[in-house]
Order: sequence, then C-alpha cells, then structure tokens
Amino acid sequence: MSEKASFRTSGGVRGWFGRQPWYVRAVLILFFTVLAYLLPYAGDVPLLGPQIITEGIDWPSALFNMSYYVLLALGLNVVVGYAGLLDLGYVGFFAVGAYGTALLTSPDSVIYADTGWKWLMAVPAALVLTMLAGVILGWPTLRLRGDYLAIVTLGFAEIIRIVATSTTTLRGDRGFASIPHPPGSWNGEPIFGVTDAIPYFWLGLTVIILVILGVRNLDRSRVGRSWLAIREDEEAAEVMGVRTFKYKLWAFAIGAFIGGLGGVLFAGEQSFINSQTFVLQFSILVLAGVVMGGSGNMAGAILGGVLISYIPDRLRGLSFGDTDLYEYRFAIFGAAIILIMVLRPQGLIPSRRRAMELKDREKEVAPL
Amino acid sequence: MDFSGLINDFGPLTVTGLAQGAIIALFALGYTLVYGVLRLINFAHSEVFLLGTYACLFVWGLFGLDQNSATPSVGPMLFYMVIGLVAAIVVSGATALTVEFVAYRPLRRRNAPPLAFLITAIGASLFISEVVGVTTHRNQTGVPPIIQARPLFTIGDTTVTNLQVLIILLALVMMFALDRFINGSRLGRGVRAVAQNPDSAALMGVNKSRVIALVFLLGGLMAGIAAVMYDLKIGVTRYDAGFLLGIDAFTAAVLGGIGNLRGALLGGLLLGVLQNYAAGLFGSQWLHAASFVLLVVILLFRPTGLLGESLGRSRA
Repeated sequence: MSEKASFRTSGGVRGWFGRQPWYVRAVLILFFTVLAYLLPYAGDVPLLGPQIITEGIDWPSALFNMSYYVLLALGLNVVVGYAGLLDLGYVGFFAVGAYGTALLTSPDSVIYADTGWKWLMAVPAALVLTMLAGVILGWPTLRLRGDYLAIVTLGFAEIIRIVATSTTTLRGDRGFASIPHPPGSWNGEPIFGVTDAIPYFWLGLTVIILVILGVRNLDRSRVGRSWLAIREDEEAAEVMGVRTFKYKLWAFAIGAFIGGLGGVLFAGEQSFINSQTFVLQFSILVLAGVVMGGSGNMAGAILGGVLISYIPDRLRGLSFGDTDLYEYRFAIFGAAIILIMVLRPQGLIPSRRRAMELKDREKEVAPL
Repeated sequence: MDFSGLINDFGPLTVTGLAQGAIIALFALGYTLVYGVLRLINFAHSEVFLLGTYACLFVWGLFGLDQNSATPSVGPMLFYMVIGLVAAIVVSGATALTVEFVAYRPLRRRNAPPLAFLITAIGASLFISEVVGVTTHRNQTGVPPIIQARPLFTIGDTTVTNLQVLIILLALVMMFALDRFINGSRLGRGVRAVAQNPDSAALMGVNKSRVIALVFLLGGLMAGIAAVMYDLKIGVTRYDAGFLLGIDAFTAAVLGGIGNLRGALLGGLLLGVLQNYAAGLFGSQWLHAASFVLLVVILLFRPTGLLGESLGRSRA
C-alpha cells in the first residue's frame, strides 16, 4: 500500500482533505496561506484576537520569532524525523549561518574592508558555509551509532559557541553590530526597517513555504525513501543497496542548510548577534518542539516550532497573583513537555507511518 | 600554546584533574547505569546532581552555617560531612526516582518510541533547573567551608591537599562498592540480566520495574555524593551547575564506553586530567572544546568508547 493511498482511505482531517478534488484543495491551501500572511493583524479580530496576541512583546516580532523557530524545526525534522539521526547540537548550524552573515556584512568584522557586502549577497555564501559545516561534521561522525552521534553533535554546537566566545575574530560577547537589513524599498522607504517587524515575518513565512515545498518534494523522491529506509532499519537498508552514508550526509547537509537559513534571517532582522544567542539549550528546545509536534511530519514540526516560541512569548508580561509567569516560562514549558509526551508519545500531529508503527508496538507491549 | 606552562604545572594540573575527574566519574555513573539497562540517555540526571548540591547546603544552613562561617574543628566537621552526604544522597536518590516515575514509567507502559523518553527527560530537566533558577534568582550560592583545603603531602614539587585526597578516595571507594554490588550481589545480577535481555530476564522472574527503579536510585546516590564533593571543591553552586557538569559527565560516560561502570571511572578521570592539561596549554576557555575534540577522535577509532559497552556482558 503506497503512502498516498493510505492518506485517502484514512479518516480524520487529512483523510478528508486527500479525498477532495484538486481545485478544492488548491482553494483551501490558498485560503490558509493568505490567512498566514494576515497573521500580523490577528489582534484586530474582535473577541478572539486580543486573547491570541502576545502582550509583553510586540506581536509582529513574536511572529518573526516563531518564523525562525519554525524554520529550525523544519530543518531538524529532516535530520531527526526523516533520517532518524539524533542531533543535539542543531543550534550550531543556526550559529554558522548567523556568523557567516555577520562576518561578511558587519563593519565590526575583520574582513569588512575586503567584503562589506549587502545582506543579500552574503546569504548564498553563508548558506554554502553552513552546508559545508554540515558535511564537515557529518563526514567523520555519521558512521557512529545513534546516541554516540547525539553527544558528538552536542559537542559540535558547544565548540562553535566556545570558538565564538573566545576568539577575537568572532568577538564573543561584544558581538557584531550593524548587520545590514534585507534590501528593497517601497515609496522611497526601506521595506525592512527597524521598527516594523511585519515585513520580516512575511519574508520568514515566504522562506518557510519554499522550504516546505522543497522538503516535501525531497521526501517523496528517492532521497526521502532512502531516509525512511535508514530510519526504520539501517542495516536492512544497507543490505538492500541504499547508500546509507551518502543519504545520511544529505540529510545533515539539508538540515544544516535550513538551519543556516534561520540564522541568516535572524542576523538580518536583529542586525546584532553575539555568542550569548547560541546556547545549547536552544537546540534542545527545538528538538523538544519537533518531537512534541510529531517527529517525521512537517505539520507537526511546524506546530512544535510555533509552540516553543509562542508559549514563552505569550507568558511574557503576564502575572498570576504576585508571581510573574514570564519568570517561570521555561519551568511551565518543561512541565508542558512532560505532559504532552506522556499523553501523546507519538507527538501532537504524528506522522501516519509512525503512528502505525506505534500501534504495532503497543500490541507487543509487555506489562510492567 | 603555552608548553612551558603545561610542563611547569604538570603535577598540580594532574592532581586537580584527578579530583575533578573523580567527581565527573561519580556523576557519569548515573548516565551509564541507566543507559546500560534502558538504552536511554537520562537527560534529567544533571538535575539529580543539581538538587544534591543544594540539599547539603540546605542542611548545613539549618545548622547556621553559611559561606562566611569559620571552618569547624574535626569533630563537628565529621558530623557536618555525614549529614551533608546523607541529605544530598536522599534528595538526589528521591529526585532520580521521581524522574523515573513521572517522566519514564508512563511512557514505558505505552511502549513509546525512544525519542519520546529523551524529550520527557529534557522537560524534567528544564523544569527542575528553572525552578531552582527562579527561586535562587539565578545567583550563585556560596558553600560553607566545612573542610579547609590544607596541603597534606607533596610529591616532587606537587602539593596534594586533604580535600583532593578525600575526593579521589571517596570516588574510588564508591566505585569499588558499586562494582561489587553489580557484579557480586543478587540484586546486581538482576540488573545485569535486564541489561543483557529485558524480556528473558522478565521470563526468568526478575522484576523489571524494580530493577529499573533500583538503577535510577543507584545513579542518584552516586550523583548525591558527587554533588557534595563538587560543593566542597568549587565552593559555589548555581542553577545551571548540573547542566554544565552534566555535559562533561555524559562525555566521560561515552568516552569510557557508555553502559560500562569501569569505563565511567576511566572516562571521568581521563577527561578530568586532559581538560586540565588543555586548560594549561590553551587557556581555560578551551577546556570543553578540547574534551569534545578528544571524544570525537577516540570515537573514530573505538566507536563504542574505550572499554566498550558491557554492563550486561561482564561476568560475575
């Protein structure tokens, strides 16, 4: 049974959606895409709007935060969800993307005299750099088994952070200032200014949509099928002639690329980065988001990315009695993670295939 | 590169490294025990340690000790040491068991995928460290000087303090006791049986849940002792102390071969010493970078760590 057929015959929203004629699907997709672009104005919706938007932080900024978290979740989903490689140091690629941009564009950079590029020129270079970082990390380490890979990737992120903190070229805490914003102007005003975060969110959303399309096509190609085979049983895949190392490296490089995109966008919006941004907790948070949302499923990864960014931002400026909830945001978040995982071990929006696996597993569960 | 610094301070760096490594090794046992039996990275183990560092401070606080107190004389010192250790062991052990009951057991009942366990553990870790962080206002807490570090003897030019001797000896004794327990006792045989093959062990009448709880408890006890040693050696603790040292401890466990008790000891001591050499050579900010580079190099040549994974395979 192919995956497509199982979609159509299954129940629930996704089954219903799969059974509709193509024009109904097209209209629905268009409708929700437009809705996503209108999100910055959610606060204007009567009754519901004020409940949704964040109080302690400017809503469009919160939306932009969500957009790069979602990008990171999508990228990590390729590595963890599709190829089944546990990566605990994903923030390393985010950092490489951001630092690549900063080095090429910021006046604080040592090579500014030679480069001093605009943001857009730096983007491809920074992305190539992150993909290279993915390959350099993957080449020696992808031969390691699951949990060993986890600790090595964690180490990679730590090394990136330590290098950023301790070398004069990367400026540590002082960081890079005046990283240029993305280009473009409208009626003589620059589109990407300092005060209004809405264009950044739109840019982020557009990048997300492109990434979704790209990853979806990859997932349905030979590469995606190889990932699936590797995730389910690496040895069996190898025996059946799947070049596991090559495709694992692919997953790493693509994951790195998407993470780097997040970093490039982040640097372009903030226009300032320093080593404090790229702490290890960050990648663990993104991993929690991916698995919580439903590892191996893009809708799940997107939901996870939204949640890890939205919950803390929403708690900002709220207080319960005398206690400031924002102080407790990560504690609340930690408790929420446990609760969600215990109630739905397969994630909030599980991958169909994974859900089926889990059903199989539940049958064979031995009472403890 | 400061080769002369490394050579001049070779002795002191080695001794400090061994003491640091002994703490890391005790801490690493928790990772290795749980991994050996469940094949899971117990991410929340760092917070088991963290609560231990605060538990002994709390008890010492009850006796009116704070960081400005005078060093007590020998009699009271022994008393404080014992109650500090007991408090840390009780709290760490209880935390480890709580984590097992809240974050792991419900998932095991449903036979959840391995990643789910990692994420609940991350949730538990985040919860505990953040609650500690908020209640201490993210400040560091000073440790009362229970033991004054005094030079005990010298080897060549290297002075060794009583505290360093205490830490290293205590770690070795605990390691030996644990090794005997796992390899020599009836309960330990159950642990090894479950590590080798959980289903067969269950069929042979080993109570799997009890073994798993026992393994968490043992890891917690060792982390409690490590926590007291850490307090005395470093002199301060903070809400993220567990996370930071936990990375070292996990690295040490992997270095020695995760799931292997003797591997944890070897990995811990090796890591402690090499981190100190690296600090002497490149400066202390490169300490962790050096330990990860070392880890990658060793894993390239020995993909399952120095001694290999073998909690189950070791014979009694």
